[in-house]
Amino acid sequence: MHNYRDRPEAIQALVQDDRVHRDLYLSDELFALEQERLFANTWLYVGHTSQVPNPGDYWSLELAGRPVMMVRQADGVVRVLYNRCAHKGSRLVSDESGNTGKFFRCPYHAWTYRLDGAPLALPLKDGYAGTRLAECESGRGLVPLAQVEVYREFVFARISDAGPDFKAYFGEVLGAIDNMVDRSPEGRLTVGGGVLRNVMRCNWKMYLENINDTVHPMSTHESATRAAADLWQGRAADEPKPMAMEQMLPFGAGYDFFDKMGARVFANGHSVLGVNFSIHSNYAPMPEYEAAMRAAHGEQRAADILQRSPQNSVFFPSLSVKGSPQAIRVIRPLAADRTLVEAWSFRAAGAPDLLFERAMSYNRLVFSPMSVLAHDDVHLFESMQHGLRGEGNEWVSLHRNFDPSERAAPTVTTNGTNELLMRNQFRAWAAYMASSDVATP
Amino acid sequence: MTDVFDFVVAEAALLDSGRFDDWLALFAPDGHYWVPLLGAAQVDPLSHNSIAFDDRLLLQLRIDRLKNPRTHSQHPRSHCQHVLQHPVIECDDKATGEIALRTPFIYVEARGDDQVLLAGACRHRLVRGPDGLLIRQKRIDLLNPQRALPAIQLFI
Repeated sequence: MHNYRDRPEAIQALVQDDRVHRDLYLSDELFALEQERLFANTWLYVGHTSQVPNPGDYWSLELAGRPVMMVRQADGVVRVLYNRCAHKGSRLVSDESGNTGKFFRCPYHAWTYRLDGAPLALPLKDGYAGTRLAECESGRGLVPLAQVEVYREFVFARISDAGPDFKAYFGEVLGAIDNMVDRSPEGRLTVGGGVLRNVMRCNWKMYLENINDTVHPMSTHESATRAAADLWQGRAADEPKPMAMEQMLPFGAGYDFFDKMGARVFANGHSVLGVNFSIHSNYAPMPEYEAAMRAAHGEQRAADILQRSPQNSVFFPSLSVKGSPQAIRVIRPLAADRTLVEAWSFRAAGAPDLLFERAMSYNRLVFSPMSVLAHDDVHLFESMQHGLRGEGNEWVSLHRNFDPSERAAPTVTTNGTNELLMRNQFRAWAAYMASSDVATP
Repeated sequence: MTDVFDFVVAEAALLDSGRFDDWLALFAPDGHYWVPLLGAAQVDPLSHNSIAFDDRLLLQLRIDRLKNPRTHSQHPRSHCQHVLQHPVIECDDKATGEIALRTPFIYVEARGDDQVLLAGACRHRLVRGPDGLLIRQKRIDLLNPQRALPAIQLFI
């Protein structure tokens, strides 16, 4: 058995310039270290403020194995607190969402807390007179995550107190959230239509890599795209397509299409795939919506916003964003071989219902547990999780279009089928996992 | 009413024996297959998302896909078993000819070494056509549709 905890050089050796070692996907020890070093020190997506619209609203979730909750304060601010009673550790709320009123009350011994976590009251107060309770963690109330950033109503948090500043960490990829929000003529999004949740027995990195894999659709999704193409065969090119057809047919677009869509990588593992165009570029126009966008943003800016529809923008390591359709995927690693993926749809204020229907339809077709397309993806992820145990080759190839000079600059614009997008993710992974100066929370 | 009960049982049996084309033929031209994300609480298919909401075109697409030898997720193949409770008639509208039934079920989908187990209630809206009963809507209200699910590859 390997011991990686005390050997950063052994972790670094797993990520070579053009390939990665299978232990990145298979090792339970590396998964435990990811929870400490990677997920605790990077900015993770928590949720959208529209999930907690009113004071006292909470939304609970697990963030890298830690129980947390987003809470709307009386003054309208959204905070993220650990969902852990200061007394003995019970969760304050066990429903996923709800409204707690003006305070939290632990169901076990009735300790209460303000919405910001400050201690309010507890029974048998006299029993604590002269004890050290007030001076220790248990007397301080619920623990807030100190590093929380609300960017255009998207809530991110970093578990560790030390580490890169939010804007420095994400940099230019934040433009993908801007684009999504700017597609609302009123500049406002709300989550809508619920969340589709899939659990798959594969390592989370396989899922994240696949978000940037433009070479798999032709072979992986052949059965679905072939069935769609056959059903639509013989129709006139300008015949309006049902939404499902409009969204599915481009998956079979071919290697050249995916190569020419272009891509850009950024420091810290982030990327935008489809900087030139994508499978989302040719949805039916909506003249009234476009007029509303021009009225809100002006001619040129409206055109810039609408013309930009990348395939996927990855906010390493937890989030993937599509500006059109307005949908995100959240990757929640559960174990070395188990991953939860959530697909959320957004409603853009001031935009027609059709835009929201597109988001829901896309998520339903592509990211639902009954997806027409994802079954083949999930099968292959789970198949790799098995196949990698074979002996004689301990490596996963990421050689396509490798160029030693690609490491010279943090931002590189390249062809859409370059595996640089994945190499870039793994370089960020290694920087956090193998560094001796990452903070331990 | 024996014929509507028999219809519901026969419909599930077609799925369990993999006769998907025959199954699709049971749907009316405007028929839908619907698995709401909110289960029994969901009011309509458009104000909230669904796990599946298929018209005949999309059902046909799913069925055609399953026939392709390069449907990778069907190596090995999935098999399913519906275990139905006796249907209850919820509504029998003589004016429109529509009959609504609710049938609690347990559904097992097996593939390789794995089995997915789902429970819920199936709700049929049937209409009488010239050649017998047709499905206007088959709605599946799962017990816990909002939590994470593994891939469901066939038809509940």
